[in-house]
Amino acid sequence: MGLTAANWLALLQGATFTVALSLAAIAIGIPTGLVLALIRWQRVPVLAPIAAVLVSILRAAPAVTLALLIFFALPTIGVSLERVPAAILTLTLSTSAFNCEIWRAALLALPKDQIDAALSVGMPRLLRLRRIVLPQVARAALPALVSEITLLVKVSPAVAVLGVVDITRAAVRIGAQTYVPLPPFMGALLIYSLIVFVFVRLQRVVERRMALANEVLR
Amino acid sequence: MIDEFATVWEHRDLLLDGFGNTILISLLAGLLALILGALLSTALMARRKSVAGLATVLVDAMRCVPFLLFAYLIYYGLPSLGLRLSNWSAGLLALVIYHTAYMAELLRGAWLQLPSETIEAGRAYGFAGMGLFRRIILPPVLFAALPNLGNQLIQIIKDSAFLTIIAVTELTHAANAIQGTYFVPFAAFVGAVLLYWVLCLAVEAMVGFAGTRAEGWR
Repeated sequence: MGLTAANWLALLQGATFTVALSLAAIAIGIPTGLVLALIRWQRVPVLAPIAAVLVSILRAAPAVTLALLIFFALPTIGVSLERVPAAILTLTLSTSAFNCEIWRAALLALPKDQIDAALSVGMPRLLRLRRIVLPQVARAALPALVSEITLLVKVSPAVAVLGVVDITRAAVRIGAQTYVPLPPFMGALLIYSLIVFVFVRLQRVVERRMALANEVLR
Repeated sequence: MIDEFATVWEHRDLLLDGFGNTILISLLAGLLALILGALLSTALMARRKSVAGLATVLVDAMRCVPFLLFAYLIYYGLPSLGLRLSNWSAGLLALVIYHTAYMAELLRGAWLQLPSETIEAGRAYGFAGMGLFRRIILPPVLFAALPNLGNQLIQIIKDSAFLTIIAVTELTHAANAIQGTYFVPFAAFVGAVLLYWVLCLAVEAMVGFAGTRAEGWR
């Protein structure tokens, strides 16, 4: 494709950085999604409807628009973020909203008699959550959470609009140096699609394992 | 803060212009991708192993590609193929090609659920080839896939925001232009995010409505 070894290295570095940003967002976003889902599930007054509207808006917001909103708009209300934290915050907000829906679906699918049984032996709320609800809900939510990880990794090149030197920006730079923009983008697309492919395979493995485990339980 | 929103309101025609462009390009891309996806789904379901295998590899590969990098690739790649398209057409083309793969996969999923009796009955009445597909297979498949097709349209709307990087004057681009000219980033991007939200809610509502109407016709 006419790319030098240094170009490939720059693209690989960019790709690693993009994936690292997404993984940071996932690490924060999965528990955040759980908290949002618990707030809605427990129908916490005031907070529950706010969480519902926020999640609905975030799910409809394109990653690029959200990134620009966070980066350009937060300073006007007195919060100024560097590019990298802004990128992580963008991805975190977006994935938290989707994770909330996944956790919520799992919570709603939890049979009510499980809670009743825990109540019948007098388990307090937090113990009930830790021993009865979370282990079952985490199992049910796992395949969808892994699928959301794949989707986030796929959408994360969007943070390039913030000027973070990720995979997209690395390709733009090489194109600007060589005056032929096509090859670096072909390289970037190839590298990044292979990374997404690895996540897709991982997703299949988790799904198959879960299906097997469910067979055994039955 | 109020001043900011007042400024955006004053220049609302710019934002609404972008909003109109987002709606137009998304609907057009959705429609074209659905038609091409339906054709591609026949290749995915082909009885010839080689055809089905090749189509599956193509669709699976496309579903690993991040849209942002793909849009760049189309934008920079077309001229080297001797095609000079406007940014708008290049953006539309990128959306259509990319989402055709997703549409085909959605339709394949619904097709696999179709009872074989329906197809056999169609054959018994002398339907074959394209007639069988168009008259017997496609209607129930479209009906079954309707909620997923709606979600895909929402995905197209969100992906259309990426086209701002190749200067397609859609909603995010308009918001960015307003914030750049009048320095009202908060109001401009909040306005854009809310418009995306309204659009996605409208799509969900229409899909729900179409679903109940189609149920009535059966």
